[in-house]
Amino acid sequence: MTITDGGLAEVAQAIRARQVSAAEVTDAYLARIAAIDGTLKCFYRVDEAGARAQARAVDERLARGEDPGLLAGVPVGLKDLFVTEGLETTAGSKILEGWIPPYDGTPSKKLKQAGAVLVGKLSMDEFAMGSSNENSAYGPVRNPWDTTRVPGGSSGGSAAAVAAGLVAGALGTDTGGSIRQPAALTGTTGLKPTYGRVSRYGVVAFASSLDQVGPFGRSALDCAYLLQAIAGHDAHDATSLGSPVPDYLAACARPIDGLRVGIVRSWVAKLDRELAALVEEAFNTLERLGARLVDVTLPTSEHGIAAYYIIATAEASSNLARYDGVRYGLRVPGENLNAMYARTRSAGFGDEVKRRIMLGTYALRSGYYDAYYLRAQKVRTLIRNEFARAFGAVDVIATPTAPSVAFKLGEKTDDPLAMYLNDVFTIPCNLAGIPGMSVPCGFSQSLPVGLQLLGPALGEETLFAVAGAYQRATDWHTRRPPA
Amino acid sequence: MSKITSDEVRQTATLARLELSDGEVHRLTRELDAILGYMESLASLDVSGVEPTTHAVPLDMPLRDDVLEALEPHLPVDLALLDAPKRHDAFFEVPKIIEVTE
Amino acid sequence: MKLEAVIGLEVHVQLATRTKIFTSASAAFGGAPNSHTDPYTLALPGTLPVLNRAAVDAAMRLGLAVDCEIASCRFARKHYFYPDSPKGYQLSQYEEPLCKGGVVPFLLDGEVRSVRLTRIHMEEDAGKSMHLAGSPVSLVDYNRCGVPLCEIVSEPELRSAAEAGAYLRAIRQLVRWLGISDGNMEEGSLRCDANVSVRPVGESKLGTKAELKNMNSFKHVEAAIEYEIARQSDLVARGERVVQETRLWNADKGTSHAMRSKEQAHDYRYFPEPDLPPLTVDPAAVERLRAQLPELPLARWRRFQSLGLSAYDAGVLTADRNIADYFDGVVRVGVSPKLAANWISTEVLSRDGWRVEAAALGELIALIENQTISGKIAKDVFDKMWATGKGARAIVEGEGLTQVTDAGVLEPACRAAVEANPKQVAQYKGGNEKMIGFFVGQVMKATQGKANPAMVNELLKKLLA
Repeated sequence: MTITDGGLAEVAQAIRARQVSAAEVTDAYLARIAAIDGTLKCFYRVDEAGARAQARAVDERLARGEDPGLLAGVPVGLKDLFVTEGLETTAGSKILEGWIPPYDGTPSKKLKQAGAVLVGKLSMDEFAMGSSNENSAYGPVRNPWDTTRVPGGSSGGSAAAVAAGLVAGALGTDTGGSIRQPAALTGTTGLKPTYGRVSRYGVVAFASSLDQVGPFGRSALDCAYLLQAIAGHDAHDATSLGSPVPDYLAACARPIDGLRVGIVRSWVAKLDRELAALVEEAFNTLERLGARLVDVTLPTSEHGIAAYYIIATAEASSNLARYDGVRYGLRVPGENLNAMYARTRSAGFGDEVKRRIMLGTYALRSGYYDAYYLRAQKVRTLIRNEFARAFGAVDVIATPTAPSVAFKLGEKTDDPLAMYLNDVFTIPCNLAGIPGMSVPCGFSQSLPVGLQLLGPALGEETLFAVAGAYQRATDWHTRRPPA
Repeated sequence: MSKITSDEVRQTATLARLELSDGEVHRLTRELDAILGYMESLASLDVSGVEPTTHAVPLDMPLRDDVLEALEPHLPVDLALLDAPKRHDAFFEVPKIIEVTE
Repeated sequence: MKLEAVIGLEVHVQLATRTKIFTSASAAFGGAPNSHTDPYTLALPGTLPVLNRAAVDAAMRLGLAVDCEIASCRFARKHYFYPDSPKGYQLSQYEEPLCKGGVVPFLLDGEVRSVRLTRIHMEEDAGKSMHLAGSPVSLVDYNRCGVPLCEIVSEPELRSAAEAGAYLRAIRQLVRWLGISDGNMEEGSLRCDANVSVRPVGESKLGTKAELKNMNSFKHVEAAIEYEIARQSDLVARGERVVQETRLWNADKGTSHAMRSKEQAHDYRYFPEPDLPPLTVDPAAVERLRAQLPELPLARWRRFQSLGLSAYDAGVLTADRNIADYFDGVVRVGVSPKLAANWISTEVLSRDGWRVEAAALGELIALIENQTISGKIAKDVFDKMWATGKGARAIVEGEGLTQVTDAGVLEPACRAAVEANPKQVAQYKGGNEKMIGFFVGQVMKATQGKANPAMVNELLKKLLA
């Protein structure tokens, strides 16, 4: 067994115990990237020199007997939505090609402070808009379990890189399921924290009221390490939460005796028989671990997709107005200002991004605002209230993460609405601002299936406890894709 | 009944500063019509008296002190202009401004 | 048909904070192009706004000073593509402004009038784009981008260009008085757009309005409104319709012209800014700010009149808070307010700066009042105070300028003057009473101006009787 077979927590512990040097670990992961990523295409760019320098610095600190940080020497990949000073950041878009940020975002800065080795920038759907990673302007990512299939999206590169052992952990973002869905489709563990738990400063915006940063790992414990390092208040983000950051590592070891787990029967009923059986089996495992299953209903959440695609596209149409060819990024010349704007944006944005800008712009037009945006925001309130009621009766809700296993590349690209419907189980969580996690719970057609755990706002500890207990009782998360 | 016409698609594209070919207008009209049709389902919900949610987790506005050091970094002129597609001395350069109909 | 003008103003005031409203880059005026930027100012991807407390406090103080209701509020995105708006939207306030209602009193021809406000809201200023004549390009500087603004929106209650000008001057006086802006129209820290329409007197419905822009001095605001009222009245008189449009004032020609209609249509697609939570206003904090407000211009204008000043003098002394504070400082010494007002308007305001402190001027005036020196000597003393920074008493004593009121000294001086000028004595006695001035002058000359003129007068009359 080599170091890249282990999870992030094991790598961190091995380096800290000086069983292996950070430099050796980084070399091993870089070698694996060189060997495999030509096929998978998880990385847009690998910062070999930077990674090796960071690893050496960790080794030096260890040699001097200094505390090298929680993530010392751990190779971590960043979705290319994270702004990294001096390292090209594209958000998966042609419009940002070649952009070298003059500042570091908070998540990348916090990872560095915790001693992590930032290996490079990972592929994604352009501006995080997509569920298959096929909307990347720089080519799709392949699912390590079956390279003819998608890894999910939009954080497809992050999920596939962790699944294939190219990095020990990765950060993604989740606006409507962009961490949990690819985690499910690649057999990894992924967490979308409570809205505001992690700063969005230095994270290229898609939909500001829904975006949230979160970790990918092999296990819940891996995710706990990463969240521990990046969570917390940030003076740069007025929507970041001031609540103290609890001990997520300890939470992973907590018993779940007597915990009430909500089951949404109508959601399970949307699955095919094989997937439904896997999810039901996961519920039973939780029951065997001492949890009590309680039926809950979330009828308004059925409208989540409709509300989400209004709110998210409206905010996106606004957030993407800054890509105008004036201060950075692509510019296509035009005979006057507006011609330059329109040509730059038409050449720089891909089809899905344009579709969403169009939808969002339309929904905000005067005369349509009340019918679309305002109504969607009110439906959002109903969905929040619905979750609040549910969490009065249960501690956590367990559901499927995605309606199907990983689909074939190209299978859904012609039907945007069908692609949107993939997010049916993940979107309500973003609308309600609550945390959600996906953990592997079996295989269907030899492809991974995910179980989603939802908690109340700031209920990350409970999610870690349930996922930790589940992963001690099962070995789905330890399965590795064929090399 | 269709929810959106190709003229509305064109107007919306002008507002969003997107240049669309006739083919794109045609395709987007069809796609947006299907998506907006799907969104009709929201009309079936009773939202009377419901406050809209702008922030899922209730928050108060934090206020920052009026000092230069509050939020770093600042950008020296050369760094500010480093990524500019076109600059003229210390200015960002753009084509001459002519307004369009929206 | 007699017409009346209906005018409402939208006034933008730049708040004099050190940093920008949503980021801590410098908000200073000027500077080398693009030297006051940071990642947020340039709308780099991933940047977020964080609100400046000083901007909120300044806006609240302004709102409280004009009796607005200070309300919990929200920021909204107002979308438009333009190079000076780097995010593609401006953060402003839309449905939920910080200040609602309010009344601004102002003086016109010595009479107090007032105009109601619709609202005052906060927003960020835009960058500056420069269009070089004949060049195919424009240049953009983001230094001004993000400087905090208050937009003060009045109800359409003004009826003349003079009223509009007086109202605008009252706004400038107030923002300077509160210390929240320098109110400089030429540098653009105070800007004004005017909505103007006309209607028959007695009609309650509003006529079609034109929005006037591009006036960068008080004079131009008044001239542009004057011009617009005349233009619309003329249209109505000819039976033509006024069209709703935006018109740009051309200061050189003294006329305005309509912007091309296609430049005017906008769909700003407002929606609440998701990157900022709502601003909840704490009533206790509002009351604290209210209690800390200075005595406002109009209240002071009234108080100064109650001290016996004319409305005009009270107006001069309340044009600026520094002058009013100075006047109060002089009067606090216990001298006559009228004398203090005269000294300030003739001696202090004619010079640059405040080199003689209020208490020092008070001391000088007290010396006049207790007849230690004459008013004439006092002017020389004031010059010396200004030049040297020394106190009035020190100068008077040091130079022996104390007025002579001792009859034992004055009587011989008067007698000498009478004896040395028999011809003039004869004229006086012959009925030319004006000759008394001649004798007074002689005595003054002999005493280097230090003699008490009233006493000299009295003594001379006795001697010449």
